[in-house]
Amino acid sequence: MAGAPPLSPPAGTRAWLLSPEPASRWQARLGRFYLGWRAFSKNPLAVLGLGIVLLLVLVAIFANLIAPYSPIVGGDLRTERLLPPSAAHLFGTDDLARDIFSRVVYGSRTTLWVVMLVAIIATPIGLLMGTVAGYLGGWVDTVLMRITDIFLAFPRLILALAFVAALGPGIDNAIIAIAITSWPPYARIARAETLMIRNSDFIAAVKLQGASTPRIILGHVVPLCLSSLIVRVTLDMAGIILTAAGLGFLGLGAQPPMPEWGAMVATGRNYLIDQWWVAAMPGAAIFVVSLGFNLLGDGLRDVLDPKAAR
Amino acid sequence: MASATLNQGGGHVGALRLFLTRAIKFGLVLATTLLGLVAVTFFIGRIVPIDPVLAVVGDRAPPAVYDRARKELGLDRPLIEQFVIYVKKAATGDFGNSVLTTNPVMSDILTTFPATLELATLGTLIGTLIGIPLGVLAAVKRGSWIDQLVRLLGLVGYSVPIFWLGLMGLLLFYAKLGWVEGPGRLDVTYSYMYTPVTNIVLLDTLMQGQMDAFWNALSHIALPACLLGYFSLAYISRMTRSFMLNELAQEYVIAARVKGLSEMRVIWRHALRNAAVPLVTVIALSYANLLEGSVLTETVFAWPGLGQYITNSLQNADMNAVLGGTLVIGAVFVLLNLVSDILYHLLDPRTR
Repeated sequence: MAGAPPLSPPAGTRAWLLSPEPASRWQARLGRFYLGWRAFSKNPLAVLGLGIVLLLVLVAIFANLIAPYSPIVGGDLRTERLLPPSAAHLFGTDDLARDIFSRVVYGSRTTLWVVMLVAIIATPIGLLMGTVAGYLGGWVDTVLMRITDIFLAFPRLILALAFVAALGPGIDNAIIAIAITSWPPYARIARAETLMIRNSDFIAAVKLQGASTPRIILGHVVPLCLSSLIVRVTLDMAGIILTAAGLGFLGLGAQPPMPEWGAMVATGRNYLIDQWWVAAMPGAAIFVVSLGFNLLGDGLRDVLDPKAAR
Repeated sequence: MASATLNQGGGHVGALRLFLTRAIKFGLVLATTLLGLVAVTFFIGRIVPIDPVLAVVGDRAPPAVYDRARKELGLDRPLIEQFVIYVKKAATGDFGNSVLTTNPVMSDILTTFPATLELATLGTLIGTLIGIPLGVLAAVKRGSWIDQLVRLLGLVGYSVPIFWLGLMGLLLFYAKLGWVEGPGRLDVTYSYMYTPVTNIVLLDTLMQGQMDAFWNALSHIALPACLLGYFSLAYISRMTRSFMLNELAQEYVIAARVKGLSEMRVIWRHALRNAAVPLVTVIALSYANLLEGSVLTETVFAWPGLGQYITNSLQNADMNAVLGGTLVIGAVFVLLNLVSDILYHLLDPRTR
């Protein structure tokens, strides 16, 4: 892609972006992106969601600058255990005299790590399964979709539990288990999209040009399935966070002393009645972040998939 | 299932044949899915890094003993043969013995499942009874505060960690306000006042006339049931709203209004009745989801159900129990989906 020089647009950047006759693919893409952003930014809740997600990313990147204390090494066990929230310890301290605010801040890294890895592992699997099944049809379709249905038949958390039980507790195994349980809905969506694309004229044209099946699937079908899949993955992020936190709460996710929000809530369970902040703060963090992803996903859906919006 | 479908198709030969093929297709789908579930749990059981032979004989056993135990467990046979044996056993409900409780896994599941069922049923009941009217009102008064409320309930329901909400509920309603009883199903005082028949405490105490125990049990179940009910409500009200919006835009609604029917009648008798068909599926799905949500809820509320059984077994590396429990929940999930499919066909005359 050569791309037109964006430095000297004819009549202001906006006119260049909205030009009905884009000079290059790049300009057309930027223009579409701009239109999408205009629609998206009109929805205050969606912008709030984006803000929360960006905040999560920033906090995760700059955790060592934001956190005032170490997330792992605690203070004096005689005097600094289970202190209520105060100016020195915004969210109080836990049973090992660690600053809960610092642990929540560092916990954002764990959460982001889980979400990113699950998305990176599960999306391509679902995409490939769905597009191949939808495009090839026949017995390939039947077999792949039966496998998908079997995985869908298990409740997600329970299947993840069984996998973690087999692989052993730990954050990496939890990520693998969640990824294994996440792809089936993506495969379903990708297949449905592929079925709509498969018989369109431009695919026939590409076929007549002699393109191979992998080329058609990867080069023409997959890109068209991406937008609805991105929405679904974003909407799923909240679910992934909740599943990861649930595994952590049951002691099967991140292992101590790694700061993970679900595991922190589990610790707080022992001190619930007198030291409520130990459980309340990390749980609130889970809630806010998954709310952010839900709002963002809803907003994206309205922009990218106007049919589904209501 | 077969006899029920036969009765439905009765009379008309063509309809009967259609129904038979459909029933066979359903049966095939059910069979392959269940077989798949068994295959997945079998596979999980094989990738466990724990040597099941060592778990039986200990790591100091002489090689001869080790080999014999290996043979007795059937682990020396080809993998395919092992799988066939596993399927046969699973089909008869034999998942082996639990290492933790030493009982057969199936009997453990039978004693714990009613507790889960009790909780999930009550939760779904709450969710349905409140969720449907709420969703209908939200659709009728689009954009009003009640519509915003349904949206908010849905958003929070999708975002809040259930175990955290449970803990906060315990903190507020049990520890601070003292409105409800805390974790567990029944106070120890009451636990010998009745004989467990169905293992559903509410039912047992009620049938045996132990009203004190009944009220205590109700107070114990109130919080977890409301919690699950909330998640079910969030989902059901949102779906009801969207189905109702669909129905209210149809022409028959205009016709009914033109005919001079009261607005109440149009909404609750005509539109809701049509929206009820897809709602059945939604309710069945939410019921299935509550069975899943019960894993975390039961841990928080020390509720002796299947979910807690699975997590307890997990923490003790008791794979027979974990896989048996997983398989049972998976099977219930599949059956609920099937039931909702069948109900859909029965309720919607167009699919007959």
